[in-house]
Amino acid sequence: MLYREAGQFKTSYAKDQAVFPIIQDRWFIALILVVAYGVVPFVANEYWLQAVLIPFLIFALAAIGLNLLTGYAGQLSLGTGAFMAVGAYATYKITTAFPEINILVVFVMSGFVAAGVGVVFGIPSLRIKGFYLAVATLAAQFFILWLFNKVGWFYNDNPSGTITAPPRTFLGIMVTGPEATAETRYLISLTFLVIFALLAKNLVRGRIGRAWMAIRDMDVAAEIIGIRPLQTKLLAFAISSFYCGVAGAMTVFLWLGSAETEAFDIFVSFQVLFMVIIGGLGSILGSILGAAFITLVPIFLTNAPALVNLPMPTDLGKHIEEIIFGGMIIFFLIVEPNGFARLWQIAKEKLRRWPFPY
Amino acid sequence: MDLMNILFIAPFLDMADAPVFLAEVVISGVLTGVMYSLVALGFVLIFKASGVFNFAQGAMVLFAALTLVGLMERGVPVWLALIGTAAVMVALAFVIERVMLRPLINQEGIILFMATIGLDFLLQGVGQIAWGSNVKVLNVGIPNKSFEVGGILLNEFDLFAALIAAVLVGVLAVFFQKTAIGRALRAVADDHQAALAVGIPLTTIWVIVWSVAGIVALVAGIMWGAKSGVQFSLSLIALKSLPVLILGGFTSIPGAIIGGLIIGVGEKIAEIYWGPAFGGAIEGWFAYMLALVFLLFRPQGLFGERIIERV
Repeated sequence: MLYREAGQFKTSYAKDQAVFPIIQDRWFIALILVVAYGVVPFVANEYWLQAVLIPFLIFALAAIGLNLLTGYAGQLSLGTGAFMAVGAYATYKITTAFPEINILVVFVMSGFVAAGVGVVFGIPSLRIKGFYLAVATLAAQFFILWLFNKVGWFYNDNPSGTITAPPRTFLGIMVTGPEATAETRYLISLTFLVIFALLAKNLVRGRIGRAWMAIRDMDVAAEIIGIRPLQTKLLAFAISSFYCGVAGAMTVFLWLGSAETEAFDIFVSFQVLFMVIIGGLGSILGSILGAAFITLVPIFLTNAPALVNLPMPTDLGKHIEEIIFGGMIIFFLIVEPNGFARLWQIAKEKLRRWPFPY
Repeated sequence: MDLMNILFIAPFLDMADAPVFLAEVVISGVLTGVMYSLVALGFVLIFKASGVFNFAQGAMVLFAALTLVGLMERGVPVWLALIGTAAVMVALAFVIERVMLRPLINQEGIILFMATIGLDFLLQGVGQIAWGSNVKVLNVGIPNKSFEVGGILLNEFDLFAALIAAVLVGVLAVFFQKTAIGRALRAVADDHQAALAVGIPLTTIWVIVWSVAGIVALVAGIMWGAKSGVQFSLSLIALKSLPVLILGGFTSIPGAIIGGLIIGVGEKIAEIYWGPAFGGAIEGWFAYMLALVFLLFRPQGLFGERIIERV
């Protein structure tokens, strides 16, 4: 009843091929955008923006990136953290060398740098598949972080070995650095996520996305029907790394303010992979839902004992958090291996008939 | 020219200058490699029999070592603690099979892989809550004295570890080749459906193979624990055994051993002779790079089954 496409006739090809062909979807998305842009920045306090919403937006972007590679093109990667680090360090190098370039342009530029690095580490994917490839991408993870730690050039020989976001403005408003307000950084992150999510959504519906899915389902067969594995796989690595690179740049410049390579270690790679799988492989919406779940659950678990006035020593709390987190992942995979995206699809099917039983 | 010298000439001159030192480096590499192999063995066993890429192997090593130390701290004699821990690992295998694997039967590999990462978190949390998270000393009475053979310094503990690994591999080889259960395990590894068709109970086989992997994890836990203390970082060794796995091939027990030795020796030699040229600490990524380059030439690893694709 609430969610019915009956009566919505498409009278042109453009309407038929719209990203959101059903009017309820369009209203829903519009509502979310209005709330995210118009309500949240005024209602949410500093803690919520800084500790919950900004990381969620950034990880959602990274998860979309990994989902393009793993969910659509079928190449398992554990190097997400390293590609994010490339984006972050590239932004730092570019913006300190050329302060006059707009910082948002620099974000996109460093995305291209990350894409280049991604292509290099994607080359083995032509011969290696599945878990072998996952371990091969670990080489990227460890090598790149080691490089950023060892070579002083990457962090401008800063004695502390960290990269710090310098103050930069956009349209006269402070965007990065210590003086940028959480609201500004939130809005910038949100805008990046919305634009890139829309781009990704369109990408996977088109020729490129279909080629990726063909490669994922059976690469030999895909080759036979005329899809070039070399170009397709490397393009998947490039675009995925581009997304991860932008997300990494945002991690340092819009969220943390300053960071070392530890901010991008192997656990970040796992975290993003969790988001993709919990959210649903091969779904843009799923990546966003997965990112929400994985960033919110630890925050909830950390704060839950305090809410019910349960005294808890920190390290015991941390272990209980690990247990619940691990348990939830196993439970969730058993209940719904296809992730949140599938749950949402089922909900939509149900909403069609609701509240009538037939 | 200078760079070429540092990379291609100086290290070999160093090696030729001090053959005894080189031998020591190689031996210490071999022994580290044996330790990697012990962890990698557990991976191979489970991957062979159930196709599950068990990321939680490292957590199982930590869990086994923690349980053993915990029992011994409560005054249980060593032999009883060993049996007790082995029993705990078998019980764990039962629980994992019943709660985690059975509902996930027929799912894709990546889903099972994810589930084992969840298991990894779970085991680390449970182990550290049950037995405490501070660094513990594990002493099961393995001799630890150094002696010299022909000018080369050796350590009794390391030799003991190598011996244990050799015995373990021997026992596993006999178990897989000669016993009925071993044959059933190999049948399952070859083809799940065919094995089911001839009446091999799949779930029982999984319990057995996870139990065996648990016991291998216990042995690895004892060795690593006695060498560097029982602590959280034990579970990170699992990451180090991944390049060992791909070098040797996911499905080959000898591969795990040879791969471990190559990685162990290669890593030590690279760190000592080529490390200074790169600014040191290349041990962290060298193994992965070695494995990566190797894979480009042999995608299935040294002894892995050939990957045949059919459309």
